Amino acid sequence: MFDTETTGLNPKVDRILSIGTVAIEHKVIKISDSFECYISQDIFNHESVKIHGLLKTGPHKKMEEKDAIVLFLNHIQNAVLIAHHAAFDIAMIQAALKRMGLGKLKNKVLDLGHVYKKAEINRSLKAHVSLDELAEQFNIPQHDRHTASGDAYITSLLFLKIIAKYQQKKEIHLHDLQSPVSNIGFM
Amino acid sequence: MNTIAERIYDFLKGFPPFSMLAPENLRAICKSVEVHYVEKDSFVFKTNELVKDTFYVVKDGDIGLFSANNELVDECDEGDIFGLRALMRQGTYVLSAKAIEESIVYSISSKLFDDHIAPTPEASKYLMSNLASNYRKSHNEDHNHTNISSLENTASGFTDLLEEQTADYSKNPIVCSPETSIKEAATLMTEKRVGSIIITHKNKPLGIITDKDLRTKIATGTFSIHDQVKDIMSSPVITYPTNITVAEAQIAMIKHKITHLCITEDGTVNSELTGILSEHDIIVIRENNASVLIKEIKRTKSVNDLKQIRLRAQKLLNRYIEQQIPITFASKIITEINNSITCKLIENAVNSMPTSVPTSFAWLAIGSQGREEQLLLTDQDNSLVFNDVPKKDLQKTQSYFLELSKKVTQDLNTVGFEFCPANMMASNPKWCLSLLQWKAQFKRWITSPDQDHLMLCTILFDFEPIYGNKELVDEMAEGIFDSISHHEIFLNHLGVNALKNPPPLSFFRQFLVEQSGEHKDQFDIKARAMMPLVDAARLLILSNNIKSHNNTILRYKKLMELEPQNKDLYNDALLAFKNLLQFRTEQGLKHHDSGRFIDLKSLSKVNRLQLKNCFKTIKDIQELILVRFNLSQFL
Repeated sequence: MFDTETTGLNPKVDRILSIGTVAIEHKVIKISDSFECYISQDIFNHESVKIHGLLKTGPHKKMEEKDAIVLFLNHIQNAVLIAHHAAFDIAMIQAALKRMGLGKLKNKVLDLGHVYKKAEINRSLKAHVSLDELAEQFNIPQHDRHTASGDAYITSLLFLKIIAKYQQKKEIHLHDLQSPVSNIGFM
Repeated sequence: MNTIAERIYDFLKGFPPFSMLAPENLRAICKSVEVHYVEKDSFVFKTNELVKDTFYVVKDGDIGLFSANNELVDECDEGDIFGLRALMRQGTYVLSAKAIEESIVYSISSKLFDDHIAPTPEASKYLMSNLASNYRKSHNEDHNHTNISSLENTASGFTDLLEEQTADYSKNPIVCSPETSIKEAATLMTEKRVGSIIITHKNKPLGIITDKDLRTKIATGTFSIHDQVKDIMSSPVITYPTNITVAEAQIAMIKHKITHLCITEDGTVNSELTGILSEHDIIVIRENNASVLIKEIKRTKSVNDLKQIRLRAQKLLNRYIEQQIPITFASKIITEINNSITCKLIENAVNSMPTSVPTSFAWLAIGSQGREEQLLLTDQDNSLVFNDVPKKDLQKTQSYFLELSKKVTQDLNTVGFEFCPANMMASNPKWCLSLLQWKAQFKRWITSPDQDHLMLCTILFDFEPIYGNKELVDEMAEGIFDSISHHEIFLNHLGVNALKNPPPLSFFRQFLVEQSGEHKDQFDIKARAMMPLVDAARLLILSNNIKSHNNTILRYKKLMELEPQNKDLYNDALLAFKNLLQFRTEQGLKHHDSGRFIDLKSLSKVNRLQLKNCFKTIKDIQELILVRFNLSQFL
């Protein structure tokens, strides 16, 4: 499970400010297997501060983007990555990799929104359902919304709840949940 | 600490025992918590599943704990802990944990518990008392449906659980690699004095060589002693899991026409070798089963043979305890064996007397032996009653029985029941009396119940005829009740005596330990935990005018019948006593002593908890006595 906090919504211009991950193994969230980092960036967007509250000189110890990406890659290894609106977070990571002159991330990726749709819990779906809406629907207290780790954790709980519902209907396989390749590839 | 761990920290710190932990300990826990989502009606764990290495805290939702018959035993919501008792007890879950509502549950590993919770006295104390308060329910649960306990009722006769027992296999099998020369292997077998060697690769069994292979393949010249063991080994080997029973092992040997079974972790050749079970091991187990021992006692003539049999009985007891055979069953068997040995020795002594017995008599076991609560080899406590004779013959008759008793007690000592240091033995003129003398003595004690007399009552009122004329013993008992009915105040005195040892928890729920002497800082489980229950049972059964109930467990069972209003309390007392007896026996076997003094530091969490729960029951039963016999004015 992972999430990024960024200076904005345009992968071409905006930068990652924080990455948070937490592992799920056999449907158990392992807090010990989590990762969190804050990144110092030259680009700063006053508007986004309202959302994530990360100031240029915040209380968190910050690191260089390239160091953060290396730590992140080391941490995730070849795990399946899951995020809400995964396409965006992946795009942000890919952009960072590109700046470092590296190739693309090859991990398998699941998008929580897509998993939710697949589970067909609510048929009257609009195209995009927000994390807030999901959290509310699934009764998840929204602590630490808009911190990378906090969102990753909320995403984890949502994922466990959604697949539990999904499993009631049929057996579950990774490929059932993966998004169409074209969707991920848009970035 | 990252944001998520921080949130968990904020949550847990609101609930005991986490609220009692130092921040660094709680932080360490929060960093390694695992988070489970449990859907409504799905399980965290189920009855009979192997206990997981973790306990649980409910974050959100509602987890119900259900007994095997699906009865809701307990409900846990936000901040409640469950699965901790199972974790401390190990083995399998007694209860199932099922989500009544959808729930989020944190799991905390036993390592985290040991490292960060147990060292904080306040926190572990909280958990102890918390578990203790829930104890009665689940404790009874434990007893109601474990398979073994149900055997207790069927084991009233003199059957043996032998076939059901798991076979005791050798846990250090002699092994070698396939390339070892036959000569080396044979040398190793000779050195280790074993009849077989297992050929292993990466600790998985490949084949086996037995004495027979050496005879048929080497001594015949078919193979050279310089060939490798793999050339002559029997392969593949027959493997079984570690929990193979005696009956299964025998069937397997007959079926495969072999004399050795390899025991592996999962029972297949693909897992690691953990031991070897030979036909010889099975024979040893069979030889040491109770009915064989009893038969041998009846056949044997020499005191030395009896001593050997008693030692084998001790091994049998060891096995019963290891395999968690119910303690009441184990004590029945051991008592039966001890009584048979005593009978045999009395018979021998009677036969060796120059003249025949002048009148009928009975040999009595007294104290813990009389109550059939003695499992370990401790000292002997016995007495003798003989039928009334004309006054002029009394002295002569007593001398005769003293002479007889001297022989018996000496032989008992040789067999391993040491002389009683307080000389509570039939060879003491004070405890070798005619029926009239006994009755007079009991009456004296009952009518003038000073401290010494009360102490003697607690030992000599618990008598069980081992040999001889049972009618004499019945009349002795009549005498006691007759005297008591004329001096009921005696029961009050006995009551005061029963309260002499208060529940062994001081105000702060710490153990009271011995303050001085050889056993300083050790806990006297006999005086401080078992005797209060024994004394209470005796008093209550005497006051109910019930004869021939000597055993403490049977006394409480009878009391449950007689006083349905106190059924729960008596049942608790019964279970507490069983636990204590089991516990003392285990300790005794472990330390090769009477098990009486216990080093508290050596106790596991679960043992401490069990002891403490027993003490709670002692307190309750002593309160009942205090009120019933109106003892506050005496104290």
